[in-house]
Amino acid sequence: MSATFETTRRAVLAFGAAAAGELLIGFTGKGIVAQAQTPAARDAILQSGTFIRIDRRGQIFLVVPYAEMGQGALAAVAMLVAEELEVSPYAIKTEMAPGDDKLYGHPLLGDQITGGSLGVRGAWKQMRQAGAAARIVLIQAAAQGWSVDPSTCHAQDGYIIHAASGRRAPYGDLVERARALPVPQDPPIRDGNFKVIGKSMRRTDAAEKVNGSALYGIDVRMPGLKYAALMLSPVLGGKLVDVDPAPAMAIRGVSQVVKHPEAIAVVASNTGAARKGLAALSPRWAGGNTTLRTADLVADLDSGTKVAGLVATTGGDSAAAMAKAAKVHQMDFRMPMLAHAAMEPLNCTVHYRQNACEIWVGSQGPGRARKQVAAALGLPEDAVTVHNHHIGGGFGRRLQSEWIVLAAEIGSKVQGPVQICWGREQDFRHDAFRYHNHSAVKVGVDDKGKPVSFEHRVVGPSIMSWFLPAYVRDGVDLDVVNGASGSYEWPNHRVEYVRKDPPAGLLAGNWRGVGETRNCFVVETVVDELAYQAGQDPVQYRRALLKPGSRILHVLDRVAEASKWGSPLPRGSGRGVSVLEGFGSYMAVVAEVELPGSNSLRLKRITAVVDCGQPVNPNIVRQQIEGGLIYGISAALYGRVTIHNGQIQQTNFHDHPVLRMNEMPDMEVIVIDSKEAPGGVGEPGTAVLAPAITNAIKAAGGPRLYSLPIDLTVESRA
Amino acid sequence: MRIQVNGTARDVEVDPDTPLLWVLRDVLNMTGTKFGCGAALCGACTVMVDGVAVRSCITEVGSIGSGAVTTIEKLGDTKTGQALQKAWLDVDVVQCGYCQSGQLMQAAALLEVNAQPDDAAIDDAMAGNICRCGTYPRVRAAIKQAAADLKGRR
Repeated sequence: MSATFETTRRAVLAFGAAAAGELLIGFTGKGIVAQAQTPAARDAILQSGTFIRIDRRGQIFLVVPYAEMGQGALAAVAMLVAEELEVSPYAIKTEMAPGDDKLYGHPLLGDQITGGSLGVRGAWKQMRQAGAAARIVLIQAAAQGWSVDPSTCHAQDGYIIHAASGRRAPYGDLVERARALPVPQDPPIRDGNFKVIGKSMRRTDAAEKVNGSALYGIDVRMPGLKYAALMLSPVLGGKLVDVDPAPAMAIRGVSQVVKHPEAIAVVASNTGAARKGLAALSPRWAGGNTTLRTADLVADLDSGTKVAGLVATTGGDSAAAMAKAAKVHQMDFRMPMLAHAAMEPLNCTVHYRQNACEIWVGSQGPGRARKQVAAALGLPEDAVTVHNHHIGGGFGRRLQSEWIVLAAEIGSKVQGPVQICWGREQDFRHDAFRYHNHSAVKVGVDDKGKPVSFEHRVVGPSIMSWFLPAYVRDGVDLDVVNGASGSYEWPNHRVEYVRKDPPAGLLAGNWRGVGETRNCFVVETVVDELAYQAGQDPVQYRRALLKPGSRILHVLDRVAEASKWGSPLPRGSGRGVSVLEGFGSYMAVVAEVELPGSNSLRLKRITAVVDCGQPVNPNIVRQQIEGGLIYGISAALYGRVTIHNGQIQQTNFHDHPVLRMNEMPDMEVIVIDSKEAPGGVGEPGTAVLAPAITNAIKAAGGPRLYSLPIDLTVESRA
Repeated sequence: MRIQVNGTARDVEVDPDTPLLWVLRDVLNMTGTKFGCGAALCGACTVMVDGVAVRSCITEVGSIGSGAVTTIEKLGDTKTGQALQKAWLDVDVVQCGYCQSGQLMQAAALLEVNAQPDDAAIDDAMAGNICRCGTYPRVRAAIKQAAADLKGRR
């Protein structure tokens, strides 16, 4: 998902009074405000749809519609509001919004979705205007009380101050009067000269995450809570035939075995007993795709590279230019299926009552979860409540809700509240996988090795056709082809899309970095190989193809400088470069690697430069870029999920390794000081990383790699 | 069965082969210790028993005997724990935070036996603790800061 999103959903400010007598400032969809002219309707909307509440003690509450999965949404959104409300971000208590697509829909995506590195881009104007609106009515309230012109008052550190007379009033004292005032629509906000934005402030959720008190979905506790362990069919898409519950029921603490058409859950007084009970069962499963194998999926995707696709983008006449090229290079790429492997395994707590269902979970799309649970249980949407929590790593997995629906269906068979926890094996084997993606590229070059024509056929599934249909145009999944020609000024180019969806029973979903991750590996490998073929330096070759004065060229130059590009390295070592324009941000990375043996690899150093426009909190930006790069390293080195006879073969971290501390290279991240509109930072690091490593392997004397993961043994840091 | 957790004797009615993790989380409602893999592969569930880091997901509660269990909830009661938590905040380690209880407990156990660990010692001690957000460089820096802080106070 990228900057091609348009703002389609006009949000307007609403204002009202809740029973508790708090000042409420919020956004709702246009039209809802008109209905809200009646006090009852207004209360109904504003009770939960507001973003800012200030009580009479002056405590400021902020309802954050974006999920917190480590990317710093709570802190960033609090900073945006604080900027205009003239308070410290730490004076604001953040709350996670419950699932409700109408009240908490993303300004750019429509539904209440946290993904696509679009959190800050969605909140950027919305939250600052909410803060400004609150400040303005507080100033007006104070001015009224003092019988002075509002323009002679200002807000500072939680007070409204009339400088001329020295009078000051804390926000809490002004709430009663402010509640009766009309809220400004489209209030002006600061354009630069920020007081809070751009400061490297400590995350607001840091303290609770170093003492164990932060609450993730898995930490929800309540009286009478039972715990369930879950198993789905080992064969994807298989159904439960039967299971004898007796062996589980014999385990101390086990109270129930729930049979679901697609799963078994053992309910107990603690998860340990539930897991022991589950392990004691011998369920019979049937059906599913028992012949499904990775090799067949790879062959299917390969076949897609041989047929003409839908034209996604085109410029000039690539075919004519290709025919006249001095030389034509062809390269085929294969990228594997990937798991998310977040640290917090999937889990969901459900309390089903006769006509209602309450859900406690960590979700990137809680509004959709609510709708889907309501539909599955035959309840009206209003009868389903979805409470959101800290997420122990999302990476796109928790954009899907099929697992929440499964938990709700199981929970509906249990008396009282039950927490259903996936084991790590289940989390791996029933992921919403990043599906296979293949590419076929043809580049025609002139007699100096300079490209004259670029053709890229992208073969992959269309997730957007059901996830965000607005992101499919004329059959072309815009996510899949995002970044398929890079930032380069090709004289002639053509990008085609061939759709290859996974077979029934295999769920493919969104994975950190989305389309840009796949296409950056392709494009940056191609350009690197062209540089080698032309006998030119990879940085200089790229420079010649990038627009002079562009932000992408700037980050490339900065990373070359910071990484000491071109300085001598020992034999068997090499540097590789990669650039990415995506998510509204610009990145360049240089990886330095060593090939200590014929079949082994050691990562030495990663240098990254990011221009993400105005950083809201440079500290969190740096965290996200580091984390994105490291997530990308894991995928490049180890990421591969395979299927044999319908069964996913990876089950835990022993057969699906991820990067560990001892393999971690030195890393430097440089954040460009910029005043441009903010770009996303969660995904670019992941998207840009892999080709920097594979290009470095080539530079170190290793092979040119066209498929992932990298099949070399990873050595510990020297 | 009686176990010692954070300085308090607790009676729990579970089978002795129940992993300590679930006793802490589900029976005693101390949810700071996290479930990650159930197989001692990720370190999210790390606690200390008599000052030694153990993976609570594979540690049978019946095997602990009179051993003193320390969890993240009481890490801040020790000088080492305080120094680590402060360093974690100063270095801005946490992202999603889910693995950090285990990272901190593992780091505390490391500093118990090696007050000034070098990079190799940190790698040895911390390689069993997975973080998917990618906080490794900051975990390393924070351990060094805490070690330096503790040395300065002696």
